[in-house]
Amino acid sequence: MWEYSDKVREHFFNPRNSGPLEEANGIGDVGSIQCGDALRLMLKVNPETEVIEDAHFQTFGCGSAIASSSALTEMIKGKTLDEALKVSNQDIADFLDGLPPEKMHCSVMGREALQAAVANYRGEVWSDDHEEGALICKCFAIDAVMIEDVVKANNLHTVEEVTFYTKAGGGCAACHEGIEEILAKVKAERAGPGEVSPPLVQIEPAPKAAAAPVAPAPTAPIKLTSVQRIKKIEEVLESVRPMLQRDHGDVELVEVQGKHIYVSLKGACSGCMMEAATLGGIQQKMIETLGELVQVLPVSYMPTEA
Amino acid sequence: MEPIYLDNNATTRVDPATVEAMLPFFTEHFGNPSSIHAFGSQVGKALKQARQQLQTLLGAEHDSEIIFTSCGTESDSTAILSALKAQPERNTVITTVVEHPAILTLCDWLEKEGYIVHKLKVDKKGRLDLDEYKALLNDRVAIVSVMWANNETGTLFPVEEMAELAAAKGIMFHTDAVQAVGKIPMNLKQSKIDMLSLSGHKLHAPKGIGVLYLRRGCRFRPLLRGGHQERGRRAGTENAPAIVALGKAAELALEHMGHENTEVKRLRDKLEQGILAQVTHAFATGDVSNRLPNTSNIAFEYVEGEAILLLLNKVGIACSSGSACTSGSLEPSHVMRAMGIPYTAAHGTIRFSLSRYTTEAEVDRVIEAVPPIIAQLRKLSPYWTEKGPLTNPEQAFAPAYA
Repeated sequence: MWEYSDKVREHFFNPRNSGPLEEANGIGDVGSIQCGDALRLMLKVNPETEVIEDAHFQTFGCGSAIASSSALTEMIKGKTLDEALKVSNQDIADFLDGLPPEKMHCSVMGREALQAAVANYRGEVWSDDHEEGALICKCFAIDAVMIEDVVKANNLHTVEEVTFYTKAGGGCAACHEGIEEILAKVKAERAGPGEVSPPLVQIEPAPKAAAAPVAPAPTAPIKLTSVQRIKKIEEVLESVRPMLQRDHGDVELVEVQGKHIYVSLKGACSGCMMEAATLGGIQQKMIETLGELVQVLPVSYMPTEA
Repeated sequence: MEPIYLDNNATTRVDPATVEAMLPFFTEHFGNPSSIHAFGSQVGKALKQARQQLQTLLGAEHDSEIIFTSCGTESDSTAILSALKAQPERNTVITTVVEHPAILTLCDWLEKEGYIVHKLKVDKKGRLDLDEYKALLNDRVAIVSVMWANNETGTLFPVEEMAELAAAKGIMFHTDAVQAVGKIPMNLKQSKIDMLSLSGHKLHAPKGIGVLYLRRGCRFRPLLRGGHQERGRRAGTENAPAIVALGKAAELALEHMGHENTEVKRLRDKLEQGILAQVTHAFATGDVSNRLPNTSNIAFEYVEGEAILLLLNKVGIACSSGSACTSGSLEPSHVMRAMGIPYTAAHGTIRFSLSRYTTEAEVDRVIEAVPPIIAQLRKLSPYWTEKGPLTNPEQAFAPAYA
């Protein structure tokens, strides 16, 4: 059904730091109602230095839930609380050489247990801020709640738009029926019975690919100098970089030739099947910021000098 | 160490005698049975024999009541969609909450298309309430579809009695008998069952072959049109090697019917009792006094099924689980939830399904292997202490659920 990495299997068959921890002074109990898994993380924190001297876990869950718990305790031991809190669920998955998309929620549960245990040590109350739904897009591990929230927040109407905003549906395309169902549900809710329909808002279609720019909604045209223009372009790229870096990718400006902006996609972005959507998103931002029609292209499109 | 296969409700090994019977139909007897020449007519004769072997196993009145399909799912879809198409004045389907997804997913889609679907509930042993059923039978019902045996627990439903009740009101009755055929005796000509689905690979025939039994006289609309095969009721060139194999498998299933209901049953009971005698806080699910002879489904409380399967696999034992984490979805088995099994037990359900190949030595090895695995995982569980489960597990460990 799914293949676990050797590291996941190793941590499942030989879990580290399992069982109760007598001297624990920070305990986090969290669970995932969706899959019924639950995890108790116990920390022994040095009150002077806030260093985690020991960490144990008890887990009711599948192979990857146990492996994620085991990995987490190994990763945070010896760290200060603030350092430990920087461990993301992606870090846990990376430590285990990756998790199947269906199992990413196991790493999320580990991350939440850590937050809950730290809050418990500090005498705070931790409350969860995200809800998890049924997995829709298996290529990019996007669930139904996430898609519904984004559809509502951004007033999306098509599968292409959903792919553009969330990546869901951008891979094998098998989940398009599921995405269409969510769109239909939100649409039905928007026009609830007896409600007055909100005034129609003209939606700008998102550009599908870098090679197909669409008419911008131009802001007041201000004539920029070349230097100002390139600075603005750099600003736009800076603003999207954290998002790409979160997925282990990056982008860099290579050259600006008139209306053509050439960029180089790095790391996980290079060769990603979402490359066109990523460039399309950057292009849309460029057009809005610069107030002019430009094309964002991969560096491979740059004409070679004669 | 030789691996032990106790997942025969998922799929089965093809009997060597069956493989031998089918092999010539890939090579020397490769003809299309529709052809007039000698290559074709030999194959046509073989298909006729297979049809009769299926007729005998099911106790059907005519061999023309057997329609070969590609799988159990196709048979299920054909049956239900046919009943709705043939009777446009009827818009309702009655089924149960514990059916196989082949039925439930189709019914969910039919609901979206505007049809009415009633799903009969089950009690905590997985049994139906026949009074609830009787109250739903009316002249808007196109078809009743109820499984003969449940794939997870082996629980048997009284389909013959339910078919009588439907027939008395002029309603068609279909049963998904994928798990039951070949394990319990059947005599369809004595029953009021109109349609029945079966799948080859559950009874030691290959994958990719199934049957829809269609009682003579039952109104029918094909799913696939485009050829005269199966008397125009299922177009598409016949999968001759698989059909021949299914015929042979049906013959062998009938031969072993006694063995299945005595020896296999004895081994199943030994396995179940052997495990339950050693592991506390575990119980058999379903209607244990009325189930398939080969199936045992045990819920191990406070541990999770996938973790059990991984550890069993490590010692060469193959079975399956109703846990959410093995289903590919996030929900635990709909069958366990329908019976009201609590989450902490539903996630730890393990299905052992035996076959006529299962040996006493294998059963002994599994009885020995299971208890330490459960103990090992309970040590990791936040619901468990050294002395046993927490006195009030739901309160003592109440995680913040996301």
